[in-house]
Amino acid sequence: MLRFIVRRLLQAIPTLLILSMLVFIWLRLLPGGPSGALLGDKATPEKIAALNKVLGLDQPLIIQYFKFLGRILSGDFGSSLISGEPVMAEIGRALPATIELSIAALLFAVVLGIPLGYLAASYRGRFLDNVTVIGTLVGVAVPVFFLGILLKQVFAQELALFPPSGRQDVTIDPTHVTNFAVLDGVLTQEWDASADALWHLVLPAIALSSIPLAVIVRITRASVLDVLNEDFVRTANAKGLQATIVRRRHVLRNAMLPVSTTIGLQTGLLLGGAVLTERVFVWGGLGSLLAQGIERRDYPRLQALLLLAAVVYVLVNLLVDISYAIIDPRVRTS
Amino acid sequence: MVHSRTARRRWTAAIGLTGVAVLALSACAQSERGGDSGSGKTGGTMVFGAAGEPKNFDPIFNDDGESFRPIRQMYDTLITYKRGTADLAPGLAEKWEPSADGKSWTFTLRKNVKFHDGTPFNAAAVCFNFDRWFNMKGAAAQSQMIYYADVFSGFAKNEGDAAGEPLYKSCEAKDEGTAVLNLNAYKGAFPAAFGLTSFSISSPEALKKYDADNVQQSGDSFAYPAYATEHPTGTGAFKLEKFDKANKTITLVRNDDYWGEKAKLDKLIFKIIPDENARKQELKAGTIDGYDYPNPADYNTLKSDGFNVTPRPAFNILYLGINEANTPALKDLRVRQAIAYAVNREQLVKTKLPAGAEVATQFIPKTVAGYADDVQKYPHDVNKAKELLTQAGATGLTLKFYVPTEVSRPYMPNPTEIAAVITDDLKAAGINVEIVSRPWNGGYKDDVQKLGKHDLHLLGWTGDYNDAGNFVGTFFGRAKAEFGFDDKALFDALSAADAVVDETKHADAYKQVNRDIMSKYLPAVPVSHSPPAIVVSSKISGLVPSPLTDERFDTVSKG
Repeated sequence: MLRFIVRRLLQAIPTLLILSMLVFIWLRLLPGGPSGALLGDKATPEKIAALNKVLGLDQPLIIQYFKFLGRILSGDFGSSLISGEPVMAEIGRALPATIELSIAALLFAVVLGIPLGYLAASYRGRFLDNVTVIGTLVGVAVPVFFLGILLKQVFAQELALFPPSGRQDVTIDPTHVTNFAVLDGVLTQEWDASADALWHLVLPAIALSSIPLAVIVRITRASVLDVLNEDFVRTANAKGLQATIVRRRHVLRNAMLPVSTTIGLQTGLLLGGAVLTERVFVWGGLGSLLAQGIERRDYPRLQALLLLAAVVYVLVNLLVDISYAIIDPRVRTS
Repeated sequence: MVHSRTARRRWTAAIGLTGVAVLALSACAQSERGGDSGSGKTGGTMVFGAAGEPKNFDPIFNDDGESFRPIRQMYDTLITYKRGTADLAPGLAEKWEPSADGKSWTFTLRKNVKFHDGTPFNAAAVCFNFDRWFNMKGAAAQSQMIYYADVFSGFAKNEGDAAGEPLYKSCEAKDEGTAVLNLNAYKGAFPAAFGLTSFSISSPEALKKYDADNVQQSGDSFAYPAYATEHPTGTGAFKLEKFDKANKTITLVRNDDYWGEKAKLDKLIFKIIPDENARKQELKAGTIDGYDYPNPADYNTLKSDGFNVTPRPAFNILYLGINEANTPALKDLRVRQAIAYAVNREQLVKTKLPAGAEVATQFIPKTVAGYADDVQKYPHDVNKAKELLTQAGATGLTLKFYVPTEVSRPYMPNPTEIAAVITDDLKAAGINVEIVSRPWNGGYKDDVQKLGKHDLHLLGWTGDYNDAGNFVGTFFGRAKAEFGFDDKALFDALSAADAVVDETKHADAYKQVNRDIMSKYLPAVPVSHSPPAIVVSSKISGLVPSPLTDERFDTVSKG
């Protein structure tokens, strides 16, 4: 087993190297370059040329690449051109925001999705079921950013029930411990800050949860319907077991297997949706970092974020392969 | 009491997250809102929506508006601008006087001024700042001092910079209240450039304490020391309390020891909201009190919703550039004049530019000394354009018109639409136009400014300070790929105008250059000056919009 893991880890190295090279070359081939971005609007070609020399950007690409590789291997991803702060610090601060939003959306989708799917299946073909089925179709079809804008327009602007954007009110002066705003409020016993963070979470979490919610409802509904038709349910019912016991012990428990797999899959997809949602709600997470990085051509930030995405992708694949290998020993020898 | 009520409301609403009762519960909570009492004329907190985050707070390392906005509240410059204008006014210096040859400037300094750290402001502090800038070590630091490098032409040791002979010679603290700055040559940018936010005066003690000069190169970029990121120490009406990077807010508090009239607000918070639409929604939702750069398309709705949309006096120029290098016909003045006559600028300004925009007759705004009323004008005249083209033998001309996309600038809110109107006008005069669209940051600036691939292009400029040289000198002071001409007579005329010390004669020299540019050279067609706007809620008063976007919030009150 260990040999398998080591082999797979070694295989990941060239993949990451190639990815780093692609990211590096792609960014370097964009016009203007880091110097143009650093010098801003009033950059002249002469100033750009002078700064290129300072930064070593006038050297051959291959030399620049190896220098870049050397730096990232020593953990130096450079500083953001926008904030002048090390990009790893920026990412470290933004990551909790994205995770917090994703968790809230997932919770919302699960807490609402499973009962709704279950109810729809129980009332199959009736009004509630039809409404749910149509609702989930809409949920999947409507783009996240559109839903976000709509929610903001109605609930933040017209009705003024929720804040239109941001993670916390400006009058709150939170103490940052983990950068999970809700958790930080709890840890520091600043309950007001925690509540305010939750309040800010509502609209973006609803927007982001639309797709996972719809998927969870549909899978739960289908799965419950499948189980309801199984022989053992019929037997249990025939034996005269109480309906609630049959539903809880037999139907729900068995129906949950595909649902839990789906939840796992949706978690991965949430991060993609978070990028769009963050943009709409000016959420200070990775999505905002990425969007601003692209707009203002913040090369160090983009490099780090793209590499991070690549590493996560490779690691997830590695974990999946390892888990398969544990489940099915034939994978190890193939 | 208000505090606990607010808390209860938030908790009530927060619970809604986990259930379907969200709306009903928060609707109840909503009815409890509105209990916030008005804050009166002094005191209170203003929240202003900023379009981007600042790079850092050390004035000398910055050159962009988003960094300048908070810096302007925390620092003062030796010379400043009269509120709402680009005219000079006393700042930390009560008086300033050039020597006869313009090579030295004597500043009489304001007394009883203290930096935020309690240390005194005096001539030694002024000289410490000038010396610091001149002696800045490390290529990283120097390449980030854009305005210093431009205005002072270089450093004690020019590292990795193409700049030539430095302008700065020395600074003498004659006594506590008199600082004399000695230069190697006269420069027309002075005294106006002393008001540049980059040249704000920092506390020498704080600069030393927080290692201000220690800018490190980090890969392709630079990392800034604690002075720039956490401990900016000036003499301004506000002090930095906190830059909360997680929440994207910059909190400033009133400086109670301020030398001038104290700020009215207790707190001034800049909330960074990069998306323009999100800024508008926040204003409408009441979570911010104002924001910068509203979209011209929203002016009317914002006004009808009761917000105050104030256009700043225009201090910019949009021009239709002409590159004489690629197409021989464009070397002929008559062809360039034909282009000027062909474009219906009055109509363009009316239909495609924000309210308050004006047709430009020359390359500087009216408020800049050197503006000439009697320049040759080019009113819309298609027949005249056709006639000039025929005279020049340039009928059937085809021009490549480079247009930037994915960009919106104060002087051109929508380049693609502006280009479409110009194209139609040129076609009506018999000039064929081939539009080449390039993303602003994705090739446009390179193609136009570096490679000169174009025949025509759209570009503009917002002035840094009130000096004609900052406009016409920047555009036409030397050979550039952008315009593709190399005319020594014009370059000499511009540097001669720049070198005139006497204020009136300085302006006169630029007036003549402007007349010549419009009649003899016409290297581009000036199109318009557009006022960028600022919007605040009806609760806010006392904010004076500045043509230089140099708004100071110390006069602002809320309530």
